[in-house]
Amino acid sequence: MSALIEADHLTRVLPAIVPVTLVRDVSLSVGEREFVAITGPSGSGKSSLLYLLGLLDRPTGGTLRIGGRDTSQLDDAALAQLRLESLGFVFQFHFLLPEFSVLKNVELPMRKAGRLSASEMRERAAGLLEDLGLAGHLDKTPDQLSGGQRQRVAVARALANDPHVVLADEPTGSLDSKSSEQVFAILRDLVKKRGKTVVAVTHDMEIAARADRRVHLVDGKVVSDERVAQATV
Amino acid sequence: MRLILELALIHIAGRGRQTMVAILGVALGVGFSIAMAALMQGTEKDFIAQLVDTMPHVQISDERRTPRRQPAEDLFSAVQFEGLRPKEDRRGILNPAAATAALQAWVPGRMAQSLRTQGVVRYAGRDVGVSIIGIEPETEATVSSVAGDFVQGSFASLQAGGNNIVVGDTLAQRLGASMGTTIQLVSPTGQSRGFKIVGQFHTGNNARDEGETYVLLKNAQILSERPNAINDIRLRLDDPEAAPRVARQVEAELGYKAVPWQEANESLLEALVVRNVVMYTVVGAILLVAGFGIYNIISTITHEKARDIAILKSLGFTQGNMRRLFLIEGLALGMAGSAVGWVIGFLLCFALSQVEFKLSGAAVGRELTHLPLFWSPWHYAIASGFALVSAGVAGYLPARQAARLNPVDIIRGAT
Repeated sequence: MSALIEADHLTRVLPAIVPVTLVRDVSLSVGEREFVAITGPSGSGKSSLLYLLGLLDRPTGGTLRIGGRDTSQLDDAALAQLRLESLGFVFQFHFLLPEFSVLKNVELPMRKAGRLSASEMRERAAGLLEDLGLAGHLDKTPDQLSGGQRQRVAVARALANDPHVVLADEPTGSLDSKSSEQVFAILRDLVKKRGKTVVAVTHDMEIAARADRRVHLVDGKVVSDERVAQATV
Repeated sequence: MRLILELALIHIAGRGRQTMVAILGVALGVGFSIAMAALMQGTEKDFIAQLVDTMPHVQISDERRTPRRQPAEDLFSAVQFEGLRPKEDRRGILNPAAATAALQAWVPGRMAQSLRTQGVVRYAGRDVGVSIIGIEPETEATVSSVAGDFVQGSFASLQAGGNNIVVGDTLAQRLGASMGTTIQLVSPTGQSRGFKIVGQFHTGNNARDEGETYVLLKNAQILSERPNAINDIRLRLDDPEAAPRVARQVEAELGYKAVPWQEANESLLEALVVRNVVMYTVVGAILLVAGFGIYNIISTITHEKARDIAILKSLGFTQGNMRRLFLIEGLALGMAGSAVGWVIGFLLCFALSQVEFKLSGAAVGRELTHLPLFWSPWHYAIASGFALVSAGVAGYLPARQAARLNPVDIIRGAT
């Protein structure tokens, strides 16, 4: 199994009068078709670790390889390009652009990448949204949708450029249990049906229990990293 | 990039009223500066046109720019003079016939020669000091603006037999003389003669209306005891702007001092330059203030749209993209503002051109009934240029801030 994400002694210290260590010496290797749940008490640095893995933040120590590429030497533009092509994000809040329709929100990353024609982009975005059960909502604006629907749009947007890895930060954190279940099922399917790798930060132990692999953090340190039997799904 | 333009438009449109205020701020700045520039340049052109109209374009006098060289200076390399009293020369332009003939050959325009001397007018027990200008009526009429300012008579009336004189109307009033009155003219050499008033002019310039008298050249030569002498050649060129060049050439050929109108009115023209500097400073200040309006709106947008910035950056937009986005927003406001400003400026100019007024009083030479406005595309271009620069700066500063935003901080803050 080749490693898509390879963290080696990753450390992030927040500079302050009393420096705060968010992530402490984390070494982690995530391969293809894995569903990794990062768990831990609040303030344990799970989100910080996810931002480091997602190239939104730079580590103060250690190295990070994405798809075999060392990211420590890359500049802002190169990191942005890597995010655009290889990573998809889903946050606790959907962060959809309120002025754009659902369809346009999903098209946005594709337009930025600029590889497809307008009609191809539209087709692909509509396809993604239909797969996620949003067929009738393409031209609505985000505020006309429910929380669960918005989060599904956010997933569709994360998939827009067909990335290898989807990073999710508390994707079900602001949803009721029914919507949570739907979104979780979608993330699960990304791994099973689309062959993506999903790394999700969550404090929902029920979800964590159903992941392939659980990484537990305490005080920014990995205290356990266990693979779960597939049977749980 | 179309995507960035689209985002920029959405952001601007999202703040309708504030956008309107910012655009209007720029528009008023641009509009007023256009109207002001048109008025300023209009009055300037009008002023210069009056100058050019009333003054000879080049005046050649019998003076020289530098003192005459003494013979000893040509002989020895080092000479020092003390208490030297220059030889009394025969004054006036030497060999005037040859000089005028030489000029006639190449000067693009008309010329008139005259003898200008000082004298006293004596009438009814009153003495008034005046300039006595001896002229040839036909040529003078083609060069002097006085020809068009006659209240009674004309230059041609001088030729009608006997000793005739033309005076300004103010002088006539002061003396209590009128048409047909014979006044005594006394020259510096002591010559005295009676002249009959055959014409009166009114130029609007008090110094001239009160202090200039015109007689035939021959009479002036007799009065000052300088037969065949002239000391003044005035040129009126087809193109007034060519005056400095012509003056330089005349000086090189004749050796006499030739003064173009620009040099004679240097201080006035300098005042015009100062006026323009003042104007552009004020215009710049107005547009700077408009720039603050733009700064305000863009920085509000960057704060309000912090989440959008975060998500766009996480999706793969670079710092440069974000900077460009908000810079474009600033420039778009600036451009919209200058477009509206052009309309405002045009309407203002039109309104100003409709203003009609009457300046009362006979002292005004030209009747000014409309504001002089000058239309030039440069005014529009310069005002827009100022506006765009100020909008660009006003957009760039918050844009830089926004580009530096760390998405992690915002995503954390939202959670």
